[in-house]
Amino acid sequence: MAELITESIAVRADAADEEPDDSQRRRGRSAFWRRLLTPKFVVGAVVVLLIVLFGLIGPLITQDPNAIDNIGLSSPSGAHPLGTTSVGQDVLAQLAHSTRGSLTVGVLVAAFTLGLSAFFGIIGAYIGGITDEGFSLLSNVMLVIPGLPLVIVIASYVESQSVLLVIVVLALTGWAAGARVLRAQTLSLRNREYVLASRVAGERTWRVICVEILPNLLPVMSSGFVFGIVGAVLAEAGLSFIGIGATGSLTWGTMLADAQNGQALLFGAWWWFAPPGLLIAALGAALSLINFSIDEVINPKLRTTNIAKVERRTKREHQS
Amino acid sequence: MATLEVKNLCKDFHVREGGNRRILNAVQDVSFELVPGGTVALVGQSGSGKSTVARMIAHLERPTSGQVLLDGAPAPTRGRGVHKYRSQVQMVFQDPFASLNPFHSVGHHLERPLRLHGVATSKADVHAHVIELLERVQLSPGRDFLARRPHELSGGQRQRVAIARALAPQPSVLIADEPVSMLDVSIRLGVLNLLARLQREEDLAVLYITHDLATARHFSDRIMVMYQGEVVEDGAPDDVILRPQADFTKRLAAAAPEPARNERMIAAASRYAKDTTNDR
Ligand SMILES: Nc1ncnc2c1ncn2[C@@H]1O[C@H](COP(=O)(O)OP(=O)(O)OP(=O)(O)O)[C@@H](O)[C@H]1O
Ligand SMILES: [Mg+2]
Repeated sequence: MAELITESIAVRADAADEEPDDSQRRRGRSAFWRRLLTPKFVVGAVVVLLIVLFGLIGPLITQDPNAIDNIGLSSPSGAHPLGTTSVGQDVLAQLAHSTRGSLTVGVLVAAFTLGLSAFFGIIGAYIGGITDEGFSLLSNVMLVIPGLPLVIVIASYVESQSVLLVIVVLALTGWAAGARVLRAQTLSLRNREYVLASRVAGERTWRVICVEILPNLLPVMSSGFVFGIVGAVLAEAGLSFIGIGATGSLTWGTMLADAQNGQALLFGAWWWFAPPGLLIAALGAALSLINFSIDEVINPKLRTTNIAKVERRTKREHQS
Repeated sequence: MATLEVKNLCKDFHVREGGNRRILNAVQDVSFELVPGGTVALVGQSGSGKSTVARMIAHLERPTSGQVLLDGAPAPTRGRGVHKYRSQVQMVFQDPFASLNPFHSVGHHLERPLRLHGVATSKADVHAHVIELLERVQLSPGRDFLARRPHELSGGQRQRVAIARALAPQPSVLIADEPVSMLDVSIRLGVLNLLARLQREEDLAVLYITHDLATARHFSDRIMVMYQGEVVEDGAPDDVILRPQADFTKRLAAAAPEPARNERMIAAASRYAKDTTNDR
């Protein structure tokens, strides 16, 4: 036995300067996906996928959402699966177009927000000096200006708001927090030895940022993007609901506002106000589930351990 | 071949301690010269400013005052000049576990400097150079290592890749910042011998930064001892070790294992290292 042990130690010592076997890499990559594919993640992804499909395909196969009919407020029926609004518009058609509208706003705002926070956070921190101080002053100022009131002020100055304006305003008021997170991360990344080494090797600044630093920030950025979508959808719905959203567009917020104005609650027209509310809640919950699972994979502190699985694995290793 | 001269180099850092700002003189008035084929060892304890000197030479940190001269001309501070300077002056970092990007393959790490410094341009040419570099640092057969990522290499292999990367632009000055301190004791000499051999082959001017007086004595022609940002001792290796002048060096030399025994160890180890490298 003693011989066996010393022998295995000797083998280890030799192996120290030898290459680890090839399977290790494959195991590393598939482990990432295996850990990400939790029930949480699957449920979230399926719900998001269904909503996105509804927003993509729904408008193509439903009726004209704005066609007015004098049947008035009618409950769900064969001709109108989700009933009609007070002026006889098909609610299902409205819902499909609203889903498309809300998702578009959400994705675009999240993308613009991400772009702005990446620009101000990463570039500032990497270059340092006056640039960094200017950029972080700007983002701190934007951070303390309360977003929603600013949006209300801007929106009320402009006569008729296009969807684009709403998107721009939401992005401008939403990027600061993300920029601060990215700045903090970049500050520590820029002094990593491999980043310094790539500079010594002669890489240009933009390439150091894009190729050496950015990949490390992708997890943070993707979770920021997902939360950005949720935030933007909610913010847009809030603006539309209080009547300062984009004029003439269809989103979950405008549907809710219309239902409110048409006194859907008073008439008990649940088919009118419930669906958009439910979709908002479902999208928010599903995206949060996705985010939590990403977080758990990239942040070991949050990892929920499946004790039974660990025990099985250790047993297996003992046997082999 | 180029000579690198460092003149009255100083670096101050502004550090925050609690609420108040303080100036830390990390490097104070350091001057020396690196000549082709020569090795200068920079020895000192942790925090004495060795890496800061290395970073200033590698143009990663701007000196507060003082100059770095390459062949008598001041090192450029911006633009294409820096790029040209870097093709002459390269650096090997302390931690091979941190100095290679985990996202990139070994091949990528070597291709980039080859292309960036115009050593090779066509695909086939670059490939041939990469293989040659790998074999020069005793990673052979080279093509077996091309597609690997850093986590698939041992510490010693990683540091060899880092050395190959530094050699890729065909520099004439090499700064090695504690190139073996993160490696297992058993493979340190292998890497140091490799560095020494490459230096002879390329006639490189080398700055060897280390904690360790014994290897400094064995591998260098001149030893400088740094203490709290200042050079407190500077001279031929044997003088510095056997007849130390500064208090700090006396303590350092006393703390090192007994010289004679040390030498026997080094001799035995280098014989061992030679045997094993010949075996490959
Ligand atoms: N960017 C920085 N900002 C502030 N202080 C710094 C910075 N870089 C280094 N220092 C300080 O300068 C001093 C010298 O650091 P340096 O890294 O040069 O030491 P070293 O001799 O290389 O040490 P070691 O042997 O541990 O690598 C240390 O006190 C360190 O805290
Ligand atoms: Mg150091």
